[in-house]
Amino acid sequence: MPLNGDPLVRLDHISKHFGTGTTRVDALRDVSLTVYPRQVVALLGPSGSGKTTLLNVIGCILAASSGSMALDGERVIEDGRWLRSDLRRLRLDKIGFIFQFHNLIPFLDATDNVALVLRLAGKDAETARARAAELLDYLEVGNRRSAMPAKLSGGEAQRVAIARALANRPRIILADEPTAALDSKRAGIVMDLLRKVAIDQEAAIIAVTHDEKIFDRFDHIFALRDGRLEADGASPA
Amino acid sequence: MNLAYRDICHNLGRFLLTCLGLALLLGVVMAMIGIYRGIVVDALTISRAPAVDLWVVEANSRGPFAEASRIPGDVREAVARIAGVTAAGGITYQTVEADHQSRKLRLYVIGYEPTRPGGPPEIVEGRAVVRSHFEMVADQASGLVLGDRIELGRNTFAVVGLTRHQVNSGGDPAVYITLGDAQKLQFDLGPPAARVQIARGTAGAGRDTVNAVIARLQPNASVDAVAETVRRWKHFSAITQAEQEDILSRSLVDRARRQIGLFTTILLFVSAVIIALIIYTMTMEKLKQIATLKLIGAPDRTIVLMIVQQALALGLIGFVLGTAMILAIKDHFPRRVVLEADNVAGLGLIVLAVCIASSGLGVRAALRVDPATAIGG
Ligand SMILES: Nc1ncnc2c1ncn2[C@@H]1O[C@H](COP(=O)(O)OP(=O)(O)O)[C@@H](O)[C@H]1O
Ligand SMILES: [Mg+2]
Repeated sequence: MPLNGDPLVRLDHISKHFGTGTTRVDALRDVSLTVYPRQVVALLGPSGSGKTTLLNVIGCILAASSGSMALDGERVIEDGRWLRSDLRRLRLDKIGFIFQFHNLIPFLDATDNVALVLRLAGKDAETARARAAELLDYLEVGNRRSAMPAKLSGGEAQRVAIARALANRPRIILADEPTAALDSKRAGIVMDLLRKVAIDQEAAIIAVTHDEKIFDRFDHIFALRDGRLEADGASPA
Repeated sequence: MNLAYRDICHNLGRFLLTCLGLALLLGVVMAMIGIYRGIVVDALTISRAPAVDLWVVEANSRGPFAEASRIPGDVREAVARIAGVTAAGGITYQTVEADHQSRKLRLYVIGYEPTRPGGPPEIVEGRAVVRSHFEMVADQASGLVLGDRIELGRNTFAVVGLTRHQVNSGGDPAVYITLGDAQKLQFDLGPPAARVQIARGTAGAGRDTVNAVIARLQPNASVDAVAETVRRWKHFSAITQAEQEDILSRSLVDRARRQIGLFTTILLFVSAVIIALIIYTMTMEKLKQIATLKLIGAPDRTIVLMIVQQALALGLIGFVLGTAMILAIKDHFPRRVVLEADNVAGLGLIVLAVCIASSGLGVRAALRVDPATAIGG
């Protein structure tokens, strides 16, 4: 895979610790990593190794203790300090989130779950619904566009959630165990979709996973152990 | 896309049930306020009915309602002659129990002179008492209807007219009869007692006795000056209408009023706590969704609006439903329930304030939610 373009995600010596003194936990230690457009990468590691913490830092949900980070060319963290105050707006514009459990808003139907993030980004209702419908078709759940989340199967719900993550055309997509709740066939379908998105939208996809059956779907696997990145840029076997 | 509205629609049954529960609670609060107001209004009704300015009663008494008062009937002429008095009438009040259609009726009998102050303020059906003998105007609350005949003492009275809302402070419906009939009822003794009196040589004493003489003044006359004149006669007390109303609302119904007032306050407080709990719980149930909303980039404004709008919808629907309910049943209460617009509006404002205050609790919890909790472990 050619690494064309500037990096979308760039972390330099990011550390993150919780608590102080005897209760101090070093969740991330001196993590540096770079992800380019069209790359689909995995974060791997035992429980407690810092995967979610890393995702939260990249997703601008958690402040780093030290280090620097740039997203899509914009410097966001410098020496452990935020350079932007409107982090929610930053997330809305640049980052799409996919969760282990779909986390769809239960009182909105599939279309409106997707349209919501478009409305939040300032699109008018008409445009938002049209784009939502288009996205649901793209993810092959167009036939379920009026269904409430409770009525969707696990795979359908996850695809609606992906549609929502893609709505504002973010170039960074973060996924925490996106396939853990799916069987291997549907997990494969979801991974294929993410790959398609990475190529179509020139996006970077970073997914935390334990799921061995999908390891072959990633371009790179970053392995974490005790908050340290073990295999920077290693390719899957 | 209104999130508050969409959430409500999604759980419509549950939301409406919650509204209904709140409506019942607010209905009870409103009923208590209505009963409270009703007691105060009822207490003043009888004293306001004759529309007079001055009450002349027995010396050192705060009669005729709060304390017993008996004065000679001929005081009326003396009062009527005071400068500034346009009309004066002797009046009696007494509570009697009568049998009617095999049930006991408690009646508040008012004896008055048909040509003088003291009669019913308005007659909603039938006519006023015209003959001095055994005609009666009764309040609708007694259940009596035109043409009914009812035995009081040793005489039978015919109901010729009906009034509305005329009850005494205990809730007993008023009936109006002529002063003469009333005096016979109140002061005539049964034959055995009368024989004892005759034997003592005191027969006939107190035949022309009234409980009070009421006086209406010229618009520009000074009520205090007239009262002062009466007081100089030594044997009588003079009470102005304002003082009379004060006596009635302070001493006569004071305990009942305070009792219900306190209970209403407690109910209001309980309602406030329950509203706060409902709204807080509604928000707590949505914390995960709120975390998700924050994570995908929703501003605080969107989240606060959702919580506040739901709280207001709950309060408003509960309040309107509760008001409608109490308006529908208020006339079926055994005693008067007075719902004044300003009381209802006041309660509405309190409910609104409680809703906003308690959504503050929910908002606080919602704003504290870490968006990271949406991602999960
Ligand atoms: N908010 C927090 N406060 C304190 N410690 C935390 C917090 N979040 C994570 N940790 C700790 O940081 C370490 C890494 O956690 P996490 O990133 O959730 O690991 P993983 O997702 O790989 O299981 C763990 O030891 C965890 O206990
Ligand atoms: Mg984790």
